[in-house]
Amino acid sequence: MAALLSVLFDGVAYGSLLFVISVGMSVTMGLMSFINLAHGAFAMFGGYLAVVLLRRAGLPFAATLPLVMLALAAAGAVAERGLYRWVSRTRPLDQVLFTIGLAFIATAVATYVWGPNQQNIALPAMLTGQVHLGPVDLGAYRLFLIAVVVVITGALHLLVGRTRFGAQLRAAVDNPHAAAGLGIPVDRVFTVSFALGSGLAGLGGALGIDVLGLDPTFPFKYMVYFLVVVVVGGEGSIVGSAAAAIALGVFDVVGKYYIPGAGGFLIYGLMVGLLLVFPHGLFKART
Amino acid sequence: MTAPAPILPDGRWRRADSLLWLAAVVAYVAFPTHRVLGSQVIITALFALSLDLVLGYAGIVSLGHAAFFGLGAYTAALLAVHGWGEPISGLACAGVIAAAAGYATSFLVVRGRALAQLMITLGVGLLFLEAATKAAVVTGGVDGLSDVPIWRVAGLFRFDIAGNTAYGYSLVVAFVCFLAIKRIVSSPFGLSLRAIREGARRMPALGAPVGRRLVAAFTIGAGLAGVAGALLAQTTQFVGLDALDFQRSAAVLIMVSLGGTGRLYGAFVGAGLFMLMQDYLARQSPEYWQLWIGLLLVAVVLFARGGVLGGIDAVRARIGRRRSR
Repeated sequence: MAALLSVLFDGVAYGSLLFVISVGMSVTMGLMSFINLAHGAFAMFGGYLAVVLLRRAGLPFAATLPLVMLALAAAGAVAERGLYRWVSRTRPLDQVLFTIGLAFIATAVATYVWGPNQQNIALPAMLTGQVHLGPVDLGAYRLFLIAVVVVITGALHLLVGRTRFGAQLRAAVDNPHAAAGLGIPVDRVFTVSFALGSGLAGLGGALGIDVLGLDPTFPFKYMVYFLVVVVVGGEGSIVGSAAAAIALGVFDVVGKYYIPGAGGFLIYGLMVGLLLVFPHGLFKART
Repeated sequence: MTAPAPILPDGRWRRADSLLWLAAVVAYVAFPTHRVLGSQVIITALFALSLDLVLGYAGIVSLGHAAFFGLGAYTAALLAVHGWGEPISGLACAGVIAAAAGYATSFLVVRGRALAQLMITLGVGLLFLEAATKAAVVTGGVDGLSDVPIWRVAGLFRFDIAGNTAYGYSLVVAFVCFLAIKRIVSSPFGLSLRAIREGARRMPALGAPVGRRLVAAFTIGAGLAGVAGALLAQTTQFVGLDALDFQRSAAVLIMVSLGGTGRLYGAFVGAGLFMLMQDYLARQSPEYWQLWIGLLLVAVVLFARGGVLGGIDAVRARIGRRRSR
């Protein structure tokens, strides 16, 4: 029982990470039906930036996280204005080719700068080790992850539900044409949400170095996971993405723990199966 | 626009058709030391041709087409390993099995929209790769199957290290497949595929069963990919997991887009360019090959939506307009 609980806990922590990374992709997909297969590259560069800040600059872990998020949000805004804008209204095939191309370039750049090996970081002593909760041992870092994600989800929820920007975002996801007709600057809303999504992905990449690993193949290795979160959660739905990510995380970790022989079968099978039953996602596309 | 000019295809044999195939024969004589590479280009072109039918004609974006290529390759190799190394019947078997797998998965693929389609094809491709990795007893796992004993083609031509037989055999098979595909795309069936690609919602009103047409196109594309995979396994006498991996699916998608979708020869032009670039650049610096693929993709999408052939068409149309003025 205790073992099951800590496996479930690991799954939730893993799913939380997937949520932080994927939520931006889900919003851009819902907002502009834009298929961004290079989204994982933002997470990867977030991870590398964190490694550089921690190791070279010697910054404390707590300081690197907001820095990474800001830097990647800026990078996302630049990429959206400079690159993605060119293809945002093209056929799905062009978007797929373009963003796979970006992911290849990101992989090559990361290999050139940091080499092909796995990166690792030394976590602060406070976040290592175990926390004993009755009979259950919980990893302190995973507890920290979940806490961070709960805070982020709450903030996102307030941002989308309670602010002017959130109202504009919801309107734009529901119907971009009508929203533009009402005078909502859909383009700017898109840029801001793209930047926010990229920043969150970068943060997720930095948080995930210890859990997901970090090497140049990152954008491709986790592409399927991000896609599952987006499609199963329903494009553009924050609550849906959170539910889908956590379900996916638990499913994957529990599967790997109890049926190690199944490997990738579970996750790929789950993806194909869910898409067959719910071709439009589990949650209707609403933020 | 990326679509070719709206003229009805007639499937007639033109001078340009003869030229391309003659060029392939000339290349055999002219570059005797590059016959192995040549045979690989031909095989890859055939694989790209199979995707062109699925993508360029039926409009299905597939991120897992290597599944059928790999299935064909493993079928041919396993037949040979277990005592039946006759190449031509091996090809046929591979084609049939890949087509059957394509038929079975096509029902999953044709249901959804573009995003669901590419995710399901991606998922199916990854499932195949995972299956081959796990079934190491049968497939040899990471090591693959090497030194697969393939008999002489038609009992006469032994597969040699210089690639003489490989080149000729691949060329003949590719030519036969090309004729079949050319016939298919210029038939009423092929026309209905194009019509579905251009406006799937209107086709039922004309009495065309959209789902069934797409299933048929996907099945044929899968079968052809299987034949291409079998060719590679037979001519190299090796098959490994890379026959099934995502890189291969992505590469073939790149080739078709690079050459130009929905025009058959685009597959040849794209595969040729891609393979030659790969051969050259990978020899220069293998670690940056991915950078080149990435830049190539971005450049194709930004500057050459119709691929190379689309670009040539656009230039020709421009010159024509200037003349008529």
